[in-house]
Amino acid sequence: MSNKHTLSVLVENKPGVLARVAGLFSRRGFNIDSLAVGPTEHPEVSRMTIVVNVEESPLEQVTKQLNKLVEVIKIVELDGPGSVNRELLLVKVRADAATRGAVLDAVQLFRAKVVDVSPEAVTVQAVGNSDKLADLLKVLEPFGIRELVQSGMVAIGRGSRSISERPQRPVAVPAPLSAIAN
Amino acid sequence: MSEQGGQGGTSVTGAQSLVTSLEAAGVTDIFGIPGGAILPAYDPLMDSTRIRHILVRHEQGAGHAAQGYAAATGKVGVCMATSGPGATNLVTPLADAHMDSVPMVAVTGQVGAAMIGTDAFQEADIRGITMPITKHNFLVTDPADIPRTVAEAFHIASTGRPGPVLVDVAKSALQAMTTFSWPSELHLPGYRPVTTPHAKQIKEAVRLIKEARRPVLYVGGGVIRARASRELAQLAALTGIPVVTTLMARGAFPDSNPQHLGMPGMHGTVAAVAGLQKSDLIISLGARFDDRVTGNLDSFAPNALVIHADIDPAEIGKNRHADVPIVGDCKEVISQLVALLTAEGADGDYEAWVAFLAGLKKSYPLGYDTPADGSLAPQYVIERLGAIAGPEAVYASGVGQHQMWAAHYVGYENPNTWINSGGLGTMGYAVPAAMGAKVGMPDSTVWAIDGDGCFQMTNQELATCAINDIPIKVAIINNESLGMVRQWQTLFYNERYSNTDLHSKRIPDFVKLADAYGCVGLACESPDEVDATIEKAMAIDDQPVVVDFRVHRDAMVWPMVAAGTSNDEIKYARDLAPQFDEDDI
Repeated sequence: MSNKHTLSVLVENKPGVLARVAGLFSRRGFNIDSLAVGPTEHPEVSRMTIVVNVEESPLEQVTKQLNKLVEVIKIVELDGPGSVNRELLLVKVRADAATRGAVLDAVQLFRAKVVDVSPEAVTVQAVGNSDKLADLLKVLEPFGIRELVQSGMVAIGRGSRSISERPQRPVAVPAPLSAIAN
Repeated sequence: MSEQGGQGGTSVTGAQSLVTSLEAAGVTDIFGIPGGAILPAYDPLMDSTRIRHILVRHEQGAGHAAQGYAAATGKVGVCMATSGPGATNLVTPLADAHMDSVPMVAVTGQVGAAMIGTDAFQEADIRGITMPITKHNFLVTDPADIPRTVAEAFHIASTGRPGPVLVDVAKSALQAMTTFSWPSELHLPGYRPVTTPHAKQIKEAVRLIKEARRPVLYVGGGVIRARASRELAQLAALTGIPVVTTLMARGAFPDSNPQHLGMPGMHGTVAAVAGLQKSDLIISLGARFDDRVTGNLDSFAPNALVIHADIDPAEIGKNRHADVPIVGDCKEVISQLVALLTAEGADGDYEAWVAFLAGLKKSYPLGYDTPADGSLAPQYVIERLGAIAGPEAVYASGVGQHQMWAAHYVGYENPNTWINSGGLGTMGYAVPAAMGAKVGMPDSTVWAIDGDGCFQMTNQELATCAINDIPIKVAIINNESLGMVRQWQTLFYNERYSNTDLHSKRIPDFVKLADAYGCVGLACESPDEVDATIEKAMAIDDQPVVVDFRVHRDAMVWPMVAAGTSNDEIKYARDLAPQFDEDDI
């Protein structure tokens, strides 16, 4: 567990970026534990949160290789105490008239929510860090889990600073190129 | 062509916009083959007065030609192909250019935007296929994006650590109407190569250089790409530190300079291998500690501190820990080292070390046996070729034994005169690469030194050379086998020669083949004919020449460090290990 690292990767919001990043990890022989991609406060920038299980020195190499991707703008490693990290879980638990009460108790205990109900099952939504979600599942398991889906982790640094604060400078086209065009 | 440059222009097709963009990017030569999806671009290309398009016979030839052109001139090489098989035939050259940091732009046609993803005729996801083997790639479906994409492609290919960039353009984008507008600035927020080294790191490097007793300048291809040979010569002269040049850096430092120990690595000279292995400070300049240089990494240069300068931060510390990492362009890094060493006084004491290496160089010079039966030694052919064609000529090689001999025996004095496939090791590289080099350097003599195996992979480009007035010269080092593989079979597989016998002294007849391709074909099989044959080839400058040098097949490349073993295990010749003890230093 100690080798888990959470990377926040700001990328240009362009087609194919996810394939590039995922491809890089597999080519260099790293497994991705979890991956979440979504928009940011800047419409042209997307943010990936990647959780990898590697030693310190291969992590440095994979970070450097990621940085070489033209569409990768910035990479920040978020450490546990300095950041807030969350995953979303949706789980369909077997619950009939006899067991529903017990299931609902567990849901309440974990401050989870029931988002769908049928005569044989309830669908529970829970948000939390991996440990909390794992604990909830342990409690729900005896009732019978019919289906489970879980998001990748998203994480954000604590405090007021933003990781996307740096202004972005354009690159001037080198002289010979514009000279010929003009 | 737009007169406004950046403010829009007249209405043109995407194809016209593409050709105008290539002109604006400074392109003067393109190697390519048309086909369905790229066809619209070939129409306006026919009218371009700035761009010469050279119709090759196979897209792989176009790609290697673009590489050879780039390697000889330092400019971005350009190739063009159609979708599907045309594009996939560029995969090998792109991978090769990626490994050897060759600035190159490949333009491919793609099926119409509406057809993408439908398994259309001649559709291949070339952008997806080439993601891991290009520095960057683009798929253009909107014609308005063509000029900016081309500008970005050339900027990315030629700056930072150079590399190949692929621009895949949908046929529909080539056919649609658009306006040509060349961008005045590029927005690449994630692309900012660091070229200027950190002053603190330079200072630290200089401190180590002055304290070292056994330093070595480990020079890689980055010095060639950065055009930093003059700066390297200054640094070497100022400090007196011995120099090794890797396979990719041959020519970066003159072979005639006594400080030069030669090429290190698996087939390196004893002095160069020992120079790294026994050093206490490796000053790595644009090199990447490739396994062919280090041998077994754990036992590589065990007592050396490492100064690692490279423009690509990901190379630093990748294979070997760097004590002083320096991110920057080699030209700037070396100039700053020279400036600071000059200011502080380059007073390092390397006398014993230099003497030790000079002794090794003397005791274990490059050498080969002359076959007792009077047949031709391949090394002799290459040695004479280098002597007669001289250090101003450009030499391209394939991959294998002839490549190693060409690296050792030609004798290089100038950068960009040695062109080969180092990282990927692509057989068949020589002929098309020589063709590209000749197009880029029409006034230079260009020799392809090729093996008979390699030659048979891409020799169709001789037709391209003959028809387009590209008079290259090809020396086939014909040992009628896949010589390097055969050498390993001799050494490691009990002389069981599985599938390495090519019979190429019988089939094909290379002289007739050359003739059929409109080239002059010559043959030579005895040592006393070598000079005359080379001189005859040198005298022909209006036609390509192919010389079939029929050499002894059992010649082997020495010295050699067997794969995966320590550089300490280097063999000077079979069963002959050199003596070099640290006590001697």
